[in-house]
Amino acid sequence: MKKYTYTEKKDTRSGFGTGLAHLGRTNPNVVALCADLIGSLKMDEFIKENPERFFQIGIAEANMMGIAAGLTIGGKIPFTGTFAAFSTGRVYDQIRQSIAYSDKNVKICASHAGLTLGEDGATHQILEDLGLMKMIPGMTVINTCDFNQTEAATIAIAEHEGPVYLRFGRPVVPIFMPKFTDTENENKFVIGKGIQMTEGNDVTIVATGHLVWEALQASEALEKEGITAEVINIHTIKPLDEELILKSIAKTGCVVTAEEHNIIGGLGESVARTLALNNPVPQEFVGTQDTFGESGTPAQLMEKYNLNAAAIVAASKKVIKRT
Amino acid sequence: MASIQELKDFTQQVRRDILRMVHAVNSGHPGGSLGCAEYITVLYQEIMKHNAEEFDMDGKDQDLFFLSNGHISPVFYSVLSRSGYFPVSELATFRLLDSRLQGHPTTHEGLEGIRIASGSLGQGMSVALGAAQAKKLNGDTRLVYSLHGDGELQEGQNWEAIMYAAAKKVDNYIAAVDVNLKQIDGTTDEVLPMGSIKAKFEAFGWEVLEVKEGNDIEAIIAGVKKAQSLTGNGKPVCILLYTEMGNGVDFMMHTHAWHGKAPNDEQLENALSQNPATLGDY
Repeated sequence: MKKYTYTEKKDTRSGFGTGLAHLGRTNPNVVALCADLIGSLKMDEFIKENPERFFQIGIAEANMMGIAAGLTIGGKIPFTGTFAAFSTGRVYDQIRQSIAYSDKNVKICASHAGLTLGEDGATHQILEDLGLMKMIPGMTVINTCDFNQTEAATIAIAEHEGPVYLRFGRPVVPIFMPKFTDTENENKFVIGKGIQMTEGNDVTIVATGHLVWEALQASEALEKEGITAEVINIHTIKPLDEELILKSIAKTGCVVTAEEHNIIGGLGESVARTLALNNPVPQEFVGTQDTFGESGTPAQLMEKYNLNAAAIVAASKKVIKRT
Repeated sequence: MASIQELKDFTQQVRRDILRMVHAVNSGHPGGSLGCAEYITVLYQEIMKHNAEEFDMDGKDQDLFFLSNGHISPVFYSVLSRSGYFPVSELATFRLLDSRLQGHPTTHEGLEGIRIASGSLGQGMSVALGAAQAKKLNGDTRLVYSLHGDGELQEGQNWEAIMYAAAKKVDNYIAAVDVNLKQIDGTTDEVLPMGSIKAKFEAFGWEVLEVKEGNDIEAIIAGVKKAQSLTGNGKPVCILLYTEMGNGVDFMMHTHAWHGKAPNDEQLENALSQNPATLGDY
């Protein structure tokens, strides 16, 4: 089975910052907006190089979403930056009416998603954002897994016409995906196209965001017990790469979904819908169980809420027994 | 350049359109629509540089208008169609299934002249500000206009936008507030007294001017021209437009009852008799 290693850890939000800076140099229509969280979103480089294309909105997220919608009228491609909690639930109606229903080409870039935000606690740790965003007609929903994938996704969404929700996080995590190279156009991020990370016969693990690395660790642990897992990195929750998932499930006959999100409304439910319509097989859900988060270190929280390799291993064994 | 009489005739036909549209589907918002007929007519027929024949979303080198209080869609649709954005005959599809003239304005059906969906209140000023800032980035010297209800100012997002506009010196922008002192549940003072809107805008750093006769064509033209002269000076500009809800139909005036209620057959006949056709009905 293919093994993944890393030499460096970085936060996915820094991947966003690097991708945004790249866009600042390559796409004159890209503009950025922030609601008083420049440092947290790693937008400094873009701002330094393109001060005239940056809009500091202040602590007023609703206004930010409306201004972003307005900037598209005139051909701009606005990237908004704030925490995931304030990028979604706080401004749901603004996104719904002024952006999505109005067909506006706004990129909603959301950092500090999920439990790994850590010590700030549940007010800031949104675990419902994927559900909120995927329910909006026409919204593309992406959750990236490492620095490289976040950088590549940031660059890719500028070329996509239509509203996008790009979700990433705060903690440093292993870099295991290949780096996007502009000159060769290699390792380009393709919206809606899942990535098969490993080949296996016994179980399919469909993971997104920070849980992709955990899924890879789980597959290695399972292999030691003679279980081979097919890990799919499903960075795009909507539109979902149903073809890749169904192809894998036709072989393995069962699936575990893994996400840093409530099991209600998240990736797991999207996969379950796909299975129900096409090929019902047993599924286990790794995610938070309809609960808010709490304060703690990211590692403590991921362990307490069963969002790690050990949880994926246990879910895999359980789902295989159900086949 | 239209004559005052031509603008009055245009407005009278717009009033007929509004009444007939809401009557036909027994729904919609005639009161605020009638109150703003003169203002929107003046913008599209006299003030704004705009291209109705070849509508494009970006509107470069054109003046832009955003309707924030989207429930007065009848007046917006009537003025847009009679300005050449889409066939006047399409007014007959207002609020019907498969129509581009949805209950509240939307870009979703590809209706020429609409640049943003509105209806959920309080969002239009933020959008207008973004469009105004895009114009500045593009070196486009045309202006952005918007219209808001006075009751709508109870939505907090407005005050985020009002603060931002002055702080960022968005001075290529003229916002108008339709001060008719009424909302669904009663007068604004009964529902939620707002104090002095003028003092609030001024305190936030805006240029504020008042058009006391908000249903008088000449007063509106003078007011908007004065507002234009105040642009480009580092401050956003606000027009407080004092209008009469239900203007032009005697039994719809001086009450909030016709905010969101359509006339019956008899009432329509009465209302139309007060506003004879000038340009031909759709």
